[in-house]
Amino acid sequence: MIAAETDVPRLPRGVKLKFDAVRQRHVLLAPERAFDIDAIAAAVLALVDGARTCGEIVDALAVQYDEQREVIAGDVLAMIGDLVARRVIER
Amino acid sequence: MNETSQSAPGPELAADVIEPGPKAARKPPVGHPIGLLAELTHRCPLRCPYCSNPLELERRDGELDTATWKRVLSEAAALGVLHVHLSGGEPTARPDLVELTAHCAKEGLYTNLITSGIGRAPGMIDALFDAGLDHVQLSVQGASAPTADRIGGYKGGHEAKLAFARRVVELGLPLTLNAVIHRGNIDEVEDILALAVALKAKRLEVAHTQYYGWAYVNRAALMPARPDVDRSIALVEEARKRLEGVLVIDMVIPDYYARYPKPCTGGWGHRTLNVTPTGKVLPCHAAESIPGLDFWSVRDRALGDIWRENPAFNAFRGTDWMPEPCQSCERRDMDFGGCRCQAMALVGDASATDPACSKSPFHARMEALATLEATGAAPDYIYRTIGGAPAPREAEAHL
Repeated sequence: MIAAETDVPRLPRGVKLKFDAVRQRHVLLAPERAFDIDAIAAAVLALVDGARTCGEIVDALAVQYDEQREVIAGDVLAMIGDLVARRVIER
Repeated sequence: MNETSQSAPGPELAADVIEPGPKAARKPPVGHPIGLLAELTHRCPLRCPYCSNPLELERRDGELDTATWKRVLSEAAALGVLHVHLSGGEPTARPDLVELTAHCAKEGLYTNLITSGIGRAPGMIDALFDAGLDHVQLSVQGASAPTADRIGGYKGGHEAKLAFARRVVELGLPLTLNAVIHRGNIDEVEDILALAVALKAKRLEVAHTQYYGWAYVNRAALMPARPDVDRSIALVEEARKRLEGVLVIDMVIPDYYARYPKPCTGGWGHRTLNVTPTGKVLPCHAAESIPGLDFWSVRDRALGDIWRENPAFNAFRGTDWMPEPCQSCERRDMDFGGCRCQAMALVGDASATDPACSKSPFHARMEALATLEATGAAPDYIYRTIGGAPAPREAEAHL
């Protein structure tokens, strides 16, 4: 599943981004699931606030990483779409 | 991103053959556990004949007190546990559940309530929500009240569960339905899928019965026939595609008909641990069925010390303990030789290859046994009751 630029993603109750002090890394906690979150995924999730559209998240990351917008868009829409399909992110 | 699933434990019980546990020559590497199953109580209003609790159920007066549980939960957080599964029995039978949930939230632990949805659960769910509960896993025994109430041994239970589920969703809590599948409800799998969607559950666990504890003594009443199993799997696979983005479906395959064993608990002493109502710490909820292992208690020691030092945790940790054909198997680090408790129950040797594996010399007999039981007349259920444990199966029950 690929998210759309107009989708407004959010983390619902029961999904938490947490810094795991024991393992020294970010984890995304969801029902019966834990995801290792690398630096890039953490940067995406930090912008998932229930207000920004996916398109706005891509815009912000393109500036932040000084990268071509279409490259960022492909990665971000696939990652968010994947988490929507797993019912971890709502839109 | 790596995804890890914690579902699908395994359990057992059984035979009185004295088989010494293997000795770890050197200590295997110890990691950080991800999940803690907190069995707060064995008390439960339901009497499901496949209950994963042991046959010898603990009574209220043997249970850990609130202060000890809080200490254990704090120790779990320090040890690296991320998810706490508040379970039982029926965990809402403990009036301190709200306090314990709030304590988990304070420690940054993700809380999963594993509940029947009846008894005190409806009266407590709003307070649990306010205390920071993260997720609810509600059991259903079937899709229709007559089926479900017969299996759970509790009249009116199914309707009460549906009302409870609606309240959970209304509060905004994510809901998982867990349906244990067996001969008595396998014809309702399609309706259970529809029920999960109608209740707005986000996840559904279609969990074929694992034969440990009460399920082991009720196996002949529960074992489904192979064609019905195959049909249930096909239904789930079709529904996964149809319901993508609506319902996440996890399935536990019935391992008597499997080709490879389940990676039980993700490896012994590797990812999960279990604290019983009286405070014993186990690698899985059935581990006490293996004779010769001495499980330590949180009443005497800190949780981290038990996790790292208890010889019972090191008995099957890592892969050095494995005999052939597991030791040289290409799946060695995928399924860890399967389930130790099942090997104990069915083969009489806890370090043997799980007979669910097609490489086990006992595999064909295991499948033949399942087929025989599934096609014979189903005996009456032996319902789960505290103090009502049936005599354990004799050694001749081995394959």
